[in-house]
Amino acid sequence: MVVGDGADRVFHALADGTRRDILARVIHDGLSVSALARLYPMSFAAVQKHVAVLEQAGLVTKERRGREQVVHGEVDALRRAGALLTDLEQLWRHRVRGIEDVLRREQ
Amino acid sequence: MTVIDVRRDEEALTFTLVAEFDAPPARVWQVWEDPRQLERWWGPPMWPATFDRHEFRPGGRSAYHMTGPDGTKSHGWFEFTLVEAPQRLEFDDGFADQNGEPDTTMGSTHGVVTFEAVGDKTRMTMLSRFTSLDQLQQMAKMGMEEGIRLAVGQIDGVLAS
Repeated sequence: MVVGDGADRVFHALADGTRRDILARVIHDGLSVSALARLYPMSFAAVQKHVAVLEQAGLVTKERRGREQVVHGEVDALRRAGALLTDLEQLWRHRVRGIEDVLRREQ
Repeated sequence: MTVIDVRRDEEALTFTLVAEFDAPPARVWQVWEDPRQLERWWGPPMWPATFDRHEFRPGGRSAYHMTGPDGTKSHGWFEFTLVEAPQRLEFDDGFADQNGEPDTTMGSTHGVVTFEAVGDKTRMTMLSRFTSLDQLQQMAKMGMEEGIRLAVGQIDGVLAS
């Protein structure tokens, strides 16, 4: 409707508790996929999949360091997403302004 | 500023907006009751709404569509559960398919709108209640404000941690 594909991906990525937790852990310091995998009661492959969803949404990036893949949070992307969402959150304010217009014109 | 308060309760899954209008409750009530007035403010920017049906009474239904800048149509419905002019209005609302049939996979939102005289103004309180977190997130994907606020909260939480 009023949300682009990029925002869809961000919403989907943030709709899962594990992914939000991964994001919170890597937002300030990077962590390897294997270090992340040790934190959750799920397979390495499952954690890898969650990281991939976050990566597709532009919320994290992966960097190869030796044999490890280190995941970093993209603070700027998060802030941009937040700004986009704040724009959309104006819907009800827009409606209130619309009601005001209707009231003013029919006085 | 006409919007005087915006609150969200992520545990109770509710979103509340309080606004004040420079008109008596009976007049503000009409912007909901009269479909020609309602369609002048319901749609998001660039998505004007057209109400094809508007049965403004308990048990009555409404069917509407919103038309985007490229001609795309998005359909929705209301079902009124309580209509007490000019004080209180309760209704369920949700998305519909291209034929206007309710989309049952999306779930619905329950809205409670109250109108209170404050001097010669009206304080309108609009509360939306969702049935589940999943539904909130589905709504968020559809660009609904209420879901969006939750996602914003998640982003704030992530940034603060």
